[in-house]
Amino acid sequence: MKTPLALAIAATAFTLSGAHADEPRHGGTIDTIIQPEPPGLVLGMIQNDPTRKVAGNIYEGLLSYSTDLEPRPQLAESWDVDDDGLVWTFQLREGVTWHDGEPFTAEDVVFSADVFHRELNPSARAVLDHVESIEADGDHTVVFTLKQPFGPFLLSFEAGTFTMVPKHLYEGTDFRDNEHNSHPIGTGPFKFENWDRGTVIELVRNDDYYVDDLPYLDGINWHVIPDGASRAVAYENGTVDVLPNGTVENFDIPRLAELDNTCMTEEGHEYFSPFAMLWMNNREGPTEDKRFRQAVMYAMDREFARDVLWNGLGNVPLSSFGSNARFQHDGLEPYDHDPDRARELLDEMGYDGEEVRLLPLPYGETWTRWAEAVQQNLREVGINVRTQSTDVGGWNQRLGDWDYDLAFTFLYQYGDPALGISRTYLSSNIERGSPWNNVGGYENERVDELFNEAATAFPDEERESLYREVQEILHEDVPVGWLMELGFPTLYRCDVNDLVTSGVGVNDGFKDAWLDR
Amino acid sequence: MLYVRLILMRLLKAVVVLFMIIIFNFVLIQLAPGDPAAILAGEAGATDEEFLRQLRERFGLDQPLYVQLWRYVSGVAMLDFGFSYRQQMPVLDLILARLPATLLLTGTAFVLSLVLGIVAGSLAAARAKKASGSIIMALALLFYATPLFWVALMSVVLFSVYLDLLPAYGMYTVGAGHTSLALVLDVGKHLILPASTLALFFMAIYTRMTRASMLEASQQDFVKTARAKGLKNSVIQRRHILRNALLPIITLAGLQAGQMVGGAILTETVFAWPGIGRLMFEALQQRDYNLLLGIFFFSAALVILFNIITDLVYGLADPRIKEGS
Repeated sequence: MKTPLALAIAATAFTLSGAHADEPRHGGTIDTIIQPEPPGLVLGMIQNDPTRKVAGNIYEGLLSYSTDLEPRPQLAESWDVDDDGLVWTFQLREGVTWHDGEPFTAEDVVFSADVFHRELNPSARAVLDHVESIEADGDHTVVFTLKQPFGPFLLSFEAGTFTMVPKHLYEGTDFRDNEHNSHPIGTGPFKFENWDRGTVIELVRNDDYYVDDLPYLDGINWHVIPDGASRAVAYENGTVDVLPNGTVENFDIPRLAELDNTCMTEEGHEYFSPFAMLWMNNREGPTEDKRFRQAVMYAMDREFARDVLWNGLGNVPLSSFGSNARFQHDGLEPYDHDPDRARELLDEMGYDGEEVRLLPLPYGETWTRWAEAVQQNLREVGINVRTQSTDVGGWNQRLGDWDYDLAFTFLYQYGDPALGISRTYLSSNIERGSPWNNVGGYENERVDELFNEAATAFPDEERESLYREVQEILHEDVPVGWLMELGFPTLYRCDVNDLVTSGVGVNDGFKDAWLDR
Repeated sequence: MLYVRLILMRLLKAVVVLFMIIIFNFVLIQLAPGDPAAILAGEAGATDEEFLRQLRERFGLDQPLYVQLWRYVSGVAMLDFGFSYRQQMPVLDLILARLPATLLLTGTAFVLSLVLGIVAGSLAAARAKKASGSIIMALALLFYATPLFWVALMSVVLFSVYLDLLPAYGMYTVGAGHTSLALVLDVGKHLILPASTLALFFMAIYTRMTRASMLEASQQDFVKTARAKGLKNSVIQRRHILRNALLPIITLAGLQAGQMVGGAILTETVFAWPGIGRLMFEALQQRDYNLLLGIFFFSAALVILFNIITDLVYGLADPRIKEGS
């Protein structure tokens, strides 16, 4: 079932294509919201969501990605790979300068990747493990040589993941104590102007941006408003023009979407495509039994959660691979809402009513309600669930210590199984202390083999068949509960044009945006 | 001379109490699950141990607890409150940057509630048997019983959304670039809603307390004497009754003043007021130990300071207390 809101989005997309006939014009400042306030703005050092949103307009990567996750030139003008998939050559754009006027060169790329990210950035480090060497060839060519082919290599150069940082300001310093951290210097379309903590982060137009005419806006003000209801009011009374995904509570969205001059888009989350899951502790308790985990899948009414809690936005996944990651197997039999089947499975395993602890995700009202819905679903089939609420710190600790039976979480997919999906199932990724690895404790040798082979298989056809087999095994084993690929809508005034043009949405979206006022 | 010695003694005691508070808070904070490194890593979606290890080493969290405590206490002794893990700034800078906003808000609310509360309470006492007195008391009861956050949200809905008279949040208009007088007016406009929200509750308490103790004082013999002397009623109310009824109000004002640093969390959150309360709440959620301890320290110091001031004011309001000490 699609709700009216989902239909409204489709209609919006249709009318918007008409508005685009106008020529973009310069001028104007956009007011938007950043929630929560980021801890700092140096991308590469900090990779959390609020930092990505603001600093994605200050810093850039070698590539950006379309909403279909096709790579597009950004600081790299073109790229090439040899026949073995091992040697990748990037041609850099000429005439690019840092915000302090120094030229951006191949040396900066080598420094960023080989020194800065290797030391500071866990997600880049995971990719760099596949890289043998990084060398500059003149000022505008960089050559990455891989140890073995790595399927998602080209998807790794997004600004937030593989940020280009200025070598001349960071080389030889203690990166985390560098004086420039308080005034970030990038190559992006906007420059850092001012951060009044607790109130606003102001970015201004980079007049020396290397693409003629861009950006169109004079600046962006990121307002810091800690209360969800106040954020909704800020949009209602016209103070802010753009509500990036996750800014207001879901139950406010239908109301705000109906305001005058308000448009909404679901595009711009494809790169991250957050996948909500239910961790199930594979080590002990009832959740150790595969039949129990299958029963949980049958017991949950996932369509209900999407339609009621998420306003009909988002996608109920068939299995372990989401629709925005590649190589999705579409021939699997879905786990439909089937309480009878769930009860049968529980009987078969001889479930004795042992208590099962459920940890909601402490990220606001929608998640709390979702946990309540799941609790009710599970009780209906006779599972004795007890919800245990915590704050973020407690949630981190409980998951890191594997002290749970069922727990909500969501993980970014990063467009490729080897970047965002395999980490949940690989046994080599089981380690106490972090809530973001294979927390469920699933171990399957064949799955390990398949994932590892598929990451380095070349070309794509090879990967496809390996991933098909792995999905079949996972679908049967249900190491985690697959809840939903979240739809994170962006709300904005309709006279803000070309706001979401890439697979990371507003994170780099203000580059092309212009105001029709 | 006796007075000066008294104050010195109190200050000495204050130092000891503060020291104990630091230790107590430090231990208490360790009981909360999770640590700042795990939360920072969590936000970044970081999966590798290396990242956590780096952070813990950097924050000194890999050291035994007594070493951490010793480092902290010896730092505080030299007014070094350490570094905020999350905000990557010295704690003292963060607190000092936020303190003025909070003091402006809570100070305004303090004066507002005290003045209005005493005025309303006196009026209600003078008209105890009239309808106007009952109306004041009914309103006071209403404000006393209504949750703060609800008042805050409803005032935003009424004054900002429907009437569009006052700004809904923030401390100044972002991007307006106001200076000097325009900026003062702008901040003043932003101050109205949060300050009156915060003031309402205490105003109600002051009203009720002023009325009760004034009614009690008015039964005293010296009031009869004053009436017998033929003094005007207004003079009796002000000089004889109110002044004698002030002591419990001073006690309460001392309590409210002590909360000026940390007592506005909810108001600051709803109105996006960039003050200490919000900083504290965020620091708590993020397990930003140093920042949290720093704010606790300042709040505690302020409570102690206002206790001393309250004692001094007692002496001014009622000279008998001063002599008794």
